[in-house]
Amino acid sequence: MLMSLAGIVFGVGFFIVTQAQTSGFEKFYIDTIIGADSPIRIEDRFQLPGVAIKGAGGEGEETDFYTKTDSNRKYTRGIEYPNKLRAAVEDFSDVTAVSEVLQGDARAISSFSEELANVLGIRIKDHLQVTDIQNQIKWGSIDNFRFNPSSVLLSIGLAERLQLQIGDYMLFEYAGETRRYKVVGIFETGISQIDKSRVFMQLGEARALFKKPFGQAFFQIGVRNVEQAGLLAERLEEALNHNVVPWQERERSWLQVFSVLRISSAITVSTIILISGLGMFNTLAMLVMEKTREIAILRSIGYTRQDISRIFLWQGVLVLIAGTVCGWAFGAGVTLAISKLPIKIRGIFTADSFVVNWDINHYIWAAVVAGITVMIASYIPARRAAALEPGTIIRGTSI
Amino acid sequence: MSTETPVPTPASQPVLRAENLHRSLGEGESRVHVLRGINLQLKPAMTYSVAGPSGCGKSTMLYLLGLLDRQDKGQIWIRGELMSDASDAERTAARSRHIGFVFQFHFLLPEFSAAENVMLPMKKLGARSPEEMRSRAEYLLGLVGLGAKADRLATHLSGGEQQRVAIARSLANDPALLLADEPTGNLDVANSNMVFDLLQRLTRETGQAILMVTHNPELAERTDARLRMQDGQFVV
Ligand SMILES: Nc1ncnc2c1ncn2[C@@H]1O[C@H](COP(=O)(O)OP(=O)(O)OP(=O)(O)O)[C@@H](O)[C@H]1O
Ligand SMILES: [Mg+2]
Repeated sequence: MLMSLAGIVFGVGFFIVTQAQTSGFEKFYIDTIIGADSPIRIEDRFQLPGVAIKGAGGEGEETDFYTKTDSNRKYTRGIEYPNKLRAAVEDFSDVTAVSEVLQGDARAISSFSEELANVLGIRIKDHLQVTDIQNQIKWGSIDNFRFNPSSVLLSIGLAERLQLQIGDYMLFEYAGETRRYKVVGIFETGISQIDKSRVFMQLGEARALFKKPFGQAFFQIGVRNVEQAGLLAERLEEALNHNVVPWQERERSWLQVFSVLRISSAITVSTIILISGLGMFNTLAMLVMEKTREIAILRSIGYTRQDISRIFLWQGVLVLIAGTVCGWAFGAGVTLAISKLPIKIRGIFTADSFVVNWDINHYIWAAVVAGITVMIASYIPARRAAALEPGTIIRGTSI
Repeated sequence: MSTETPVPTPASQPVLRAENLHRSLGEGESRVHVLRGINLQLKPAMTYSVAGPSGCGKSTMLYLLGLLDRQDKGQIWIRGELMSDASDAERTAARSRHIGFVFQFHFLLPEFSAAENVMLPMKKLGARSPEEMRSRAEYLLGLVGLGAKADRLATHLSGGEQQRVAIARSLANDPALLLADEPTGNLDVANSNMVFDLLQRLTRETGQAILMVTHNPELAERTDARLRMQDGQFVV
């Protein structure tokens, strides 16, 4: 029984610890990607005849005439009628902010070297509301960027490779034309892919650089409830006739890796609980055999089958309660200890210690797994005890 | 089941009636026809003794009458209710309310004290408060001469003392029927007489019917009716 108890304590504890870690990293990753790229993007317009953008005040004008193809949707690049679309998007109560972004690749040139840069043209006032850029700035200031049209915010990797610091000047070259900018801020998102190529400049500047005076932009959307972004995206897509991509879809491959990790660790750790369940089953089955005489006595003086099975189930419940509570404490303790462990992670996100997620659901699930195991492990012996015929036992032992 | 407390039943109604009980034990080749047609009536306020050679089926009969075992054939009525074919739940309830059983080999729960063993049937019946149960357990243990050892663990009692605790336990719920399988088997003469006197007095006072298996001819002589058993049947 003590072994089973220990098994349940460790099983429940490790269940919680592994879930806290995997979901901690997952959550951290999600926070990172949403902080860098907002929860929802509205990208390209579907080419569907007869469907107009539902504007806030009036109705949209229909300009494109394509045959409708069900299997293969066609897109026109970028959003159309940004102002109308913005008004329509802002009509959704779950949307908190809209930021229009124009994206393009340009050559970044410093006196030291050249790199290919991914330039995002933004309105900083809007962009602050849909991403976490405020907290990603490591040096410099957003205010300088706001008030100086020929300034840029540089990602940390790019700044390092170009050997640029705050206050330095640099060039961007696109289609043979070069424009000069001042570095006023350096930011780090934690995602190495972004941190080695992204540059923010004002939307008007980006349009001038890429020679796209209008169109071809996309929207980044801030939402009230990040978890519900998928549903909101569906509604937006239906209403706006644009391709709408929530973060769940955008980052699907990594999110799947995380959920596979989380589930597989849950299964692995559950086997500890399962094995202690087997041990407990064994112990209880032995106990029933040892106690047949006592069972017969109790039955002979009026105790019912249910009374007998309750006695053995109660043993299981006691082990379960003790094991779960100790396991919770153990799991919480180890989780706390682990969150203090230093570890250097660079790549899909940046962390300097183990990231853990404190979630009551992990504790509930650990208890559920332990509960089911223990109840099965004690139910079968308890049933067997209840089925014993008092006469048979007493005759058998009265030798 | 009725919920009445065991008050003396009218003399006309037997506490227990058994008709044509048959029971075979063992499997296959070694199967033995142990009980071969037992007919019996036990009236309230009467003591009965059963004697017979070892192995003739006395214990087997007692288990059937005490609803601890199922007959192959025949019927048993307890206070007029057919119990031989009743559900396990009904038979269990009947054991709790109406039947006290003393096993041939004193069967106490070793983890419990004498008083706790005596209180077990009361706890199940649930008719008394904990204080009442405790004082009744002490009273019953006093009757069998163990008042001073109420809090001893069952395993720390001698064989004879354990047997007396078992007798006290069988009386816990004032059963209308007491079935005792050699209740004085382990007792010296003085204690045998004390237990027997006690049982006989209870019969007179509360109208219990007592059926006891005994090899002691002197005690058997003092019961109201003497039954002899041979080869699974009563003989005259
Ligand atoms: N499980 C069993 N299988 C086969 N035969 C059995 C079994 N149990 C008991 N018997 C037989 O049934 C018969 C009756 O046994 P029982 O215990 O009722 O005898 P008894 O009259 O109480 O004897 P004693 O005076 O020695 O206690 C015996 O012959 C015994 O060998
Ligand atoms: Mg016997």
